[in-house]
Amino acid sequence: MKSAKELLSTSKDHGEWIPLLEVSAKEVFELMLGTKLDTAEDITPNGLDIAAMVGLAGQLCGILTIRASKESASRMAFKMLGAETDKNSQEVYDAFGEICNMVAGNFKNKVSGLGDGCMLSVPTVITGNDYSVRSLAGSPPLELQLLFESLPMLISLEVS
Amino acid sequence: MSDIRALIIDDSSVMRKIVERSLRQAGVNLTQVLEAGNGAEALGVLQDSKVDLILCDINMPVMDGLEFVKQLAGVENGKGVPVVMITTEGSETHVVQALSAGARGYIRKPFTPDQVKEHVIPVLAGKP
Repeated sequence: MKSAKELLSTSKDHGEWIPLLEVSAKEVFELMLGTKLDTAEDITPNGLDIAAMVGLAGQLCGILTIRASKESASRMAFKMLGAETDKNSQEVYDAFGEICNMVAGNFKNKVSGLGDGCMLSVPTVITGNDYSVRSLAGSPPLELQLLFESLPMLISLEVS
Repeated sequence: MSDIRALIIDDSSVMRKIVERSLRQAGVNLTQVLEAGNGAEALGVLQDSKVDLILCDINMPVMDGLEFVKQLAGVENGKGVPVVMITTEGSETHVVQALSAGARGYIRKPFTPDQVKEHVIPVLAGKP
């Protein structure tokens, strides 16, 4: 496993991190939701009306974002809690934010040497489609296209 | 496992429920579950209540889990109560900091009920 320092210095686009990000997400969904994620292609942000964001600061600065539909987020909350929740309830937002937090934490723990030098923010959850995010990231985001119970989901990591 | 009163500290109410469910699945007979959204709130809860076990997140607003563990010894109802950290912060430094501050166990998120059992049962049995 390469250290964070090696990865940060040898690559500007950080493409090597995509497999780590994918494993991190799949582990969270398998362990906490009992669901396997499938990889997908050609997913567009259309209809993905809920987003959770966790900031990373320190040796690695950036934002990890998960986007899905409220229907997906509601199903995720159901899987986590074992009980139905209204798709606009606080519990759905809480569960979705916590999933993002765990994916971010799991990812940074998989990059050797990064755990100590990188802090996570508490999650932020945004609903709706009519917004833009302008980050100061120095490179294009790493993006993962996944299916949760056949529903589309996007995970992106923007590194400053 | 004999009757246990637990305090679960996490800023996510969903995680608090998951931790409670995992404890029950681990065979812990919970007679009372108290909850707090951060360390400061938890210290307030302990002013009025005694518990046998504390499960605590690290990253929380207002007062984080490490600061909570440090201050726990100064609270009458907190003395000697075992604390198990449950957190996404999985680095060796965080583990060392938590254990040095007085935590008795450490579980990384994401976790399975079996991992909760593996870490909590020995702590309740008084094993290091």
